[in-house]
Amino acid sequence: MTTRGIPAVTGRIIRQAESLLKRAGLEGLAIWLARRVRRVRHLGRNLVIAIPYAWLLAFFLIPFVIVLKIALSDAAIAQPPYTPLWEWVGDQYLNIKVNLGNFMFLVEDNLYWKSYLNSVKVALVSTVACLLIGYPMAYGIARAKSAYRTILLMLVILPFWTSFLIRVYAWIGILKNNGLLNNFLMWLGVIDSPIVMLQTDFAVYLGIVYSYLPFMILPLYANLEKLDETLLEAAYDLGCKPARTFLTVTLPLSVPGIIAGSMLVFIPAVGEFVIPALLGAPDTLMIGRILWDEFFGNRDWPVASAVAIALLLLLVIPIVILQHNQARNSEANS
Amino acid sequence: MASSTTFSTFEPWKDPAEKPYVCIDRVTKKFGDFVAVNDISLDIYRKELFCLLGASGCGKSTLLRMLAGFEEASSGRILIDGMDMAEIPPYERPVNMMFQSYALFPHMNVSQNVSFGLKQEKLTGQVIKTRVEEMLELVKLTQFAKRKPHQLSGGQRQRVALARSLIKRPKLLLLDEPLAALDKKLREHTQFELMNIQEQLGVTFIVVTHDQQEAMTLATRIGVMEEGYIAQVGTPTEIYEFPGSRFVADFIGSVNSFEGRITVDEPDHVIIRMLDQDVDIFVDHGVSASPNARVWAAIRPEKIHISRTDPGQARNVIRGKVKEIAYMGDFSIYLVELAGGRTVRVTQPNLRRGDPERITWDEQVFLHWLPSSIVVLTE
Ligand SMILES: Nc1ncnc2c1ncn2[C@@H]1O[C@H](COP(=O)(O)OP(=O)(O)OP(=O)(O)O)[C@@H](O)[C@H]1O
Ligand SMILES: [Mg+2]
Repeated sequence: MTTRGIPAVTGRIIRQAESLLKRAGLEGLAIWLARRVRRVRHLGRNLVIAIPYAWLLAFFLIPFVIVLKIALSDAAIAQPPYTPLWEWVGDQYLNIKVNLGNFMFLVEDNLYWKSYLNSVKVALVSTVACLLIGYPMAYGIARAKSAYRTILLMLVILPFWTSFLIRVYAWIGILKNNGLLNNFLMWLGVIDSPIVMLQTDFAVYLGIVYSYLPFMILPLYANLEKLDETLLEAAYDLGCKPARTFLTVTLPLSVPGIIAGSMLVFIPAVGEFVIPALLGAPDTLMIGRILWDEFFGNRDWPVASAVAIALLLLLVIPIVILQHNQARNSEANS
Repeated sequence: MASSTTFSTFEPWKDPAEKPYVCIDRVTKKFGDFVAVNDISLDIYRKELFCLLGASGCGKSTLLRMLAGFEEASSGRILIDGMDMAEIPPYERPVNMMFQSYALFPHMNVSQNVSFGLKQEKLTGQVIKTRVEEMLELVKLTQFAKRKPHQLSGGQRQRVALARSLIKRPKLLLLDEPLAALDKKLREHTQFELMNIQEQLGVTFIVVTHDQQEAMTLATRIGVMEEGYIAQVGTPTEIYEFPGSRFVADFIGSVNSFEGRITVDEPDHVIIRMLDQDVDIFVDHGVSASPNARVWAAIRPEKIHISRTDPGQARNVIRGKVKEIAYMGDFSIYLVELAGGRTVRVTQPNLRRGDPERITWDEQVFLHWLPSSIVVLTE
């Protein structure tokens, strides 16, 4: 039975009940029943919509408000380590103390600015690298014979079967001075002494690109797989060479996939903590690390919360762009 | 048929000195085990408008796609203007194709779609602009120039696809059902324009169509396809009046075919005995069939006369009863039942309005025809 079938069946049962009641001379009861049922059905529809809203409220909005509250308070040596936002003084005065100093601090201390900018830079460069590597892969998979396609997709997803943390640790083993890669290169005779790769920016980029590449490939694949091949034939037919056809037909039509993939890489990469912590230099400035340090190193929860709020705002902007783009796209395809 | 007079002197296929512009030489196309195009040989001449007719799935689109270069022939050669096309990619062939599925670029508006082909050539913006405007004028889409394909109706999309393929003025145009989604008036207008374009630019057309009327009016020659091979090639008149097989006779127009045996076989006439009727058919031309062979005598519905009175001839006459009449305006279709139950289809022009003498249901009638109206088919 389809999902539409269930209301249809209940509708039929209710209509039968109504006519039975009417025949029994209980006109008023029949009308009352019909009204009740309609209201219950309305309620059902609202309930379905309400569940995701409730989810967002419980797991996004309420934590957000809590964090915002901490961000607006003062640090204190106490348990919890911040001053309350409001207090009753002498049972009659409500004393609200809003501290904007934490946000001012973020603006004034250029450590935060720099780490924000650096995070964005790292995320942007990694996103572009993922796009450059992921696009040909997605294209290749989408154009492969359908028998191979599933296998190739499986290979893309396969790394997820191992824990993210373990995979990042594995890179330490590969990149360190007497690690796999250096030993291999020395064995080949390309280098005499090991190249320092671990605890460099290069390692951070490598780790992010490696970890987030599937998030780029999958939406791109989904998009490219839908591309109608006769459009390419039409372009060839009109005298357009393959390279130009790619630029004028394939690429513009895959923009939604590019945007979706880029968002999926960019957003988590900005706040990335584990990869710079494990693979990067100790002084790598990334906002995720600053956040960690403020919380657990300095135990300055208010500043850490302010950092988190600012980070959130930084991420909301690309999400809004994504949503806007999707809305425009679905409009164009309707 | 206005066009047949235009082309009446245009018969390059009869001129041995004329070189074919498109030469399809024993081409076969297999998809796995399935043979979509089966050993087709065809010569098409410059400025021809060649129509491919055939049932759905008989390989028409596949043949066009091989000419455009999207499918590789499994065997055989394709020559265009004397050049073997095997190694030539689609973007270098002097060919444009209108796709059956239109294949419009969804991210471009109508005028961008139409100008796409011209932008691949080294033309100035002004030239492109005027030619696009001309072309949109031709297909009556000027007011939709800024719309995207998804904002158009099916017929409008078809016209965009047509305009896009015409604008490059190629030497060879392949149109895969170019007018199927258009209403009658627009279709006639576009047919006329296609013929105009052909006369102005000297383009060679190969057109796939399901519409026999269209093939009859447009084509210099028609190729009838059946399950991957060409059943017959000829002018519309040849195909209609002298079909080579029962399949062709049946496919083009409607036909009554009577199974029989040749009883008298002379060089200038034959007599066929109908198998299920007590009737002799006299045919006033010789037939190349073995004596006593099983043959089919095919006759078009409009070539049978229907009358109440006995025409007074011994042969080429059958009695029957009118079972059904369909009034079509300019003519009527009569379904006449013969002894033994089979029906014959007869069409008669409605010459008089409200004819009181008109033959009606359940009347006993005589069907008769001229000895020259019969086509004798052996397969
Ligand atoms: N890529 C393909 N793989 C396998 N079979 C194919 C392929 N393309 C076409 N065919 C088959 O080849 C046959 C001919 O197809 P084609 O598209 O040429 O038919 P058509 O004559 O154009 O039909 P229509 O009038 O319906 O458009 C069909 O039976 C079709 O199923
Ligand atoms: Mg087709």
